[in-house]
Amino acid sequence: MTVAVIQFGGSNCDRDTVRALDALGIDAELVWHEDGLPEATEGIVLPGGFSYGDYLRAGAMAARSPIMEEVREAVAAGTPLLGICNGAQVGCEASLTPGVFTINRSARFQCEHVFLRVENADTPWTEQYEEGEVVEFPIAHGEGRFEIEDDRLDRLEAEDRVLFRYCDEDGNVTDEANPNGSKHNIAGIAGEDDHVAVMMPHPERVSLSDIGTTDGQGVLQAFR
Amino acid sequence: MNTYSATVTVRLKSGVLDPEAETTKRALERLGFELDALRSVDQFELELPAESESAAAETVTEMAERLLANPTLHDYDVTVERR
Repeated sequence: MTVAVIQFGGSNCDRDTVRALDALGIDAELVWHEDGLPEATEGIVLPGGFSYGDYLRAGAMAARSPIMEEVREAVAAGTPLLGICNGAQVGCEASLTPGVFTINRSARFQCEHVFLRVENADTPWTEQYEEGEVVEFPIAHGEGRFEIEDDRLDRLEAEDRVLFRYCDEDGNVTDEANPNGSKHNIAGIAGEDDHVAVMMPHPERVSLSDIGTTDGQGVLQAFR
Repeated sequence: MNTYSATVTVRLKSGVLDPEAETTKRALERLGFELDALRSVDQFELELPAESESAAAETVTEMAERLLANPTLHDYDVTVERR
């Protein structure tokens, strides 16, 4: 599988993502957004960063760039897509997933490790984990608070499309363990179909054993 | 074609947390001001050609729908006048 990691102006986790995928034996390449999706694309990552300086709203500009039409078509044809951090903001702004990631409750940029509880282990992104398992991922965002209308939140939860929630070390989903004020502690969700997912925490930053833990590998293995 | 001026005002829906406005309110209070509430809005001032005022309003509304506002978070108002 060739995974296209799309670089927008201001993306900055693109190379990390390619390296993390390479380390898992998954073929990945950087794709500059103006060059369009390569023919051989079998997976897509919208990486982290600060595309277009977070102008207007984080992800708003990249979500409306021409390559996103190709991304939409590829996703509709079944190509798996993962949006990480700024890529998650782009995914929501592009309506690939519902809701929006907006300014943290603290009004501050937060860069820290958090615990996540795996809510649904029956998706390509989470099948390497057990339901209820607690994993540790880093976050690094100023706009990571998940907001969504109540009726759409009900539907998202009823359809079991919440992948990860912020929790404490023991897996308790509490307000104290919610780093950014996200509705119902939501850290990552799937789209209408579970081959699309977005998440604010960074799996690619916990995928290389040389630099720490490898809890994030399970998410990236969806591209195998 | 005439030229129209338009203003799009984008506000958070009621009930949506506004951490930046809260921070700004606290800063005003630290400066000694007394206030009960503070809301922040984004306002966009546009100039555009259109056949009529209603056509201009329609175009600007579409701009708000497609980019300037996010319907999950925002309500918006559009005003248009001929220049």
